[in-house]
Amino acid sequence: MANIMIRQGEKGLIFYLPKRDLEASIESIEFDTADKWGGELKLDNGGSYYIDPIAKPPRLPISLRAKRLGAAED
Amino acid sequence: MTTLSREETDALIAEVLEVYPEKAKKDRTKHLASNDVTIEQSKKCITSNRKSLPGVMTIRGCAYAGSKGVVWGPIKDMIHISHGPVGCGQYSRAGRRNYYVGTTGVDTFGTMNFTSDFQEKDIVFGGDKKLAKLIEEVEQLFPLHKGISVQSECPIGLIGDDIESVSKKASAALGKPVVPVRCEGFRGVSQSLGHHIANDAIRDWVLDKRDGQAFESTPYDVAIIGDYNIGGDAWATRILLEEMGLRVVAQWSGDGTIAEMMNTPKVKLNLLHCYRSMNYISRHMEEKYGIPYMEYNFFGPTKIVESCRKIAAFFDDTVKEKTEAMIARYQVMMDAIIAKYKPRLQGKKVMLYVGGLRPRHVIGAYEDLGMEVIGTGYEFAHNDDYDRTIKEMGDATLLYDDVTGFELEEFVKRLKPDMVGSGIKEKYIFQKMGIPLRQMHSWDYSGPYHGYDGFAIFARDMDIALSNPTFKNLVPPWKKVAEEEVKKAA
Repeated sequence: MANIMIRQGEKGLIFYLPKRDLEASIESIEFDTADKWGGELKLDNGGSYYIDPIAKPPRLPISLRAKRLGAAED
Repeated sequence: MTTLSREETDALIAEVLEVYPEKAKKDRTKHLASNDVTIEQSKKCITSNRKSLPGVMTIRGCAYAGSKGVVWGPIKDMIHISHGPVGCGQYSRAGRRNYYVGTTGVDTFGTMNFTSDFQEKDIVFGGDKKLAKLIEEVEQLFPLHKGISVQSECPIGLIGDDIESVSKKASAALGKPVVPVRCEGFRGVSQSLGHHIANDAIRDWVLDKRDGQAFESTPYDVAIIGDYNIGGDAWATRILLEEMGLRVVAQWSGDGTIAEMMNTPKVKLNLLHCYRSMNYISRHMEEKYGIPYMEYNFFGPTKIVESCRKIAAFFDDTVKEKTEAMIARYQVMMDAIIAKYKPRLQGKKVMLYVGGLRPRHVIGAYEDLGMEVIGTGYEFAHNDDYDRTIKEMGDATLLYDDVTGFELEEFVKRLKPDMVGSGIKEKYIFQKMGIPLRQMHSWDYSGPYHGYDGFAIFARDMDIALSNPTFKNLVPPWKKVAEEEVKKAA
């Protein structure tokens, strides 16, 4: 599990992993409705993370705990 | 020297790396690339923020340098204790020229060095008592200080001193913030982690201390984040923002105070100049206080105009009008400067190798003067820095991350730029090779370079460096004669 932060960028959601100073745009988010938001996040760097679905946050950025599904190859 | 094609650039990289052993070559190849403007993501062409290869001459600093030297050091009304042996603080003292207003030693302490001067017995028995005593003495000698930060040097982490508990006790006794910063030099791969640690320390120990207190705010409150007032940069920036009708509440951290930092959560917009060293705190404020941050660039008229309009777009029409009026007023001055210097500098080639931000920020300023940046690289950048750089640089130009002394020298020999912009460690190598160098870490003891006033100085400095007659006289007369004879004979 890792702490991550999701913020709204100009083009879409941006994923940020403070521990590794890694910033990447989110290509797809599994659930994106008002009461269920989250699930698997696919990043443009090839990595993917999982966040427990929550109600859609009223304001971004938000810090969450995420599980790494597949890391981007270095 | 003509611009290289992609194949030539790649060949050059391969040729320079030829001397390394197999393993080192494999590692270094990842850090060198020819720029491809079509790539969106830098990680496809360049690797960054990795441990330097043992045995090469890297130009990086340490986490302590990132925290004490960059982020905390310029906060003028605090006393920054270099906790550990005397050297780290003393040899970096006042080297960065973070200008400030105040009476040094009375109410401001920017250029002074405070250290606990660790001896063998402190390593053996621990230095906590010494630190407590030091803080007491500091309070006695400099009662007007507004707070203390304890900047750990390597031994503190190695011997496991508990500076947090000392700081908490001292803070309660003094009634002033005492901030322990765990920025031991061995942490991380470069000074970049030091920035992060320093930002986190500000977040935990400083930022929220005035939450809930009354503050007279205006809709035009902004904070300058990541401007260290090198040679007066933040001042040159501040006058422009004030002319735009904005109110600058805080300067982080050049000529800044701890009170300003505590007031920053009340602003409407954070203006982020040095993205690399202060994006962490900006991200935190965006999340916790809902203050958006905006990256801007105040090097060179093109970028200034672009940035000012971008900033003004965030505010109402009065700001926009004032901004346009300001741009129009300064445009006359800028045109005169460009008319004066462009003919002298047109077509000159520059190679840059500085910290985590400047290479990409100054490209615009060089282009305004008709100069071309043919190679660029960072000491401690991360992927997101290269993402932003790729778009600024020309296609097939050279990119080098954490370049080694040998590589940089070889690249300069082959590419033959008219000027190099790098640090003091590179200055004399290249000047002896006959290439002018501007020390771009602290503007070669000149500056400011930010803002319109700064651009005038920037243009003049580049002209001074390039037109210096010294470089034509590097070959002594007797060798010149011999050269001519050889030519005649040939």
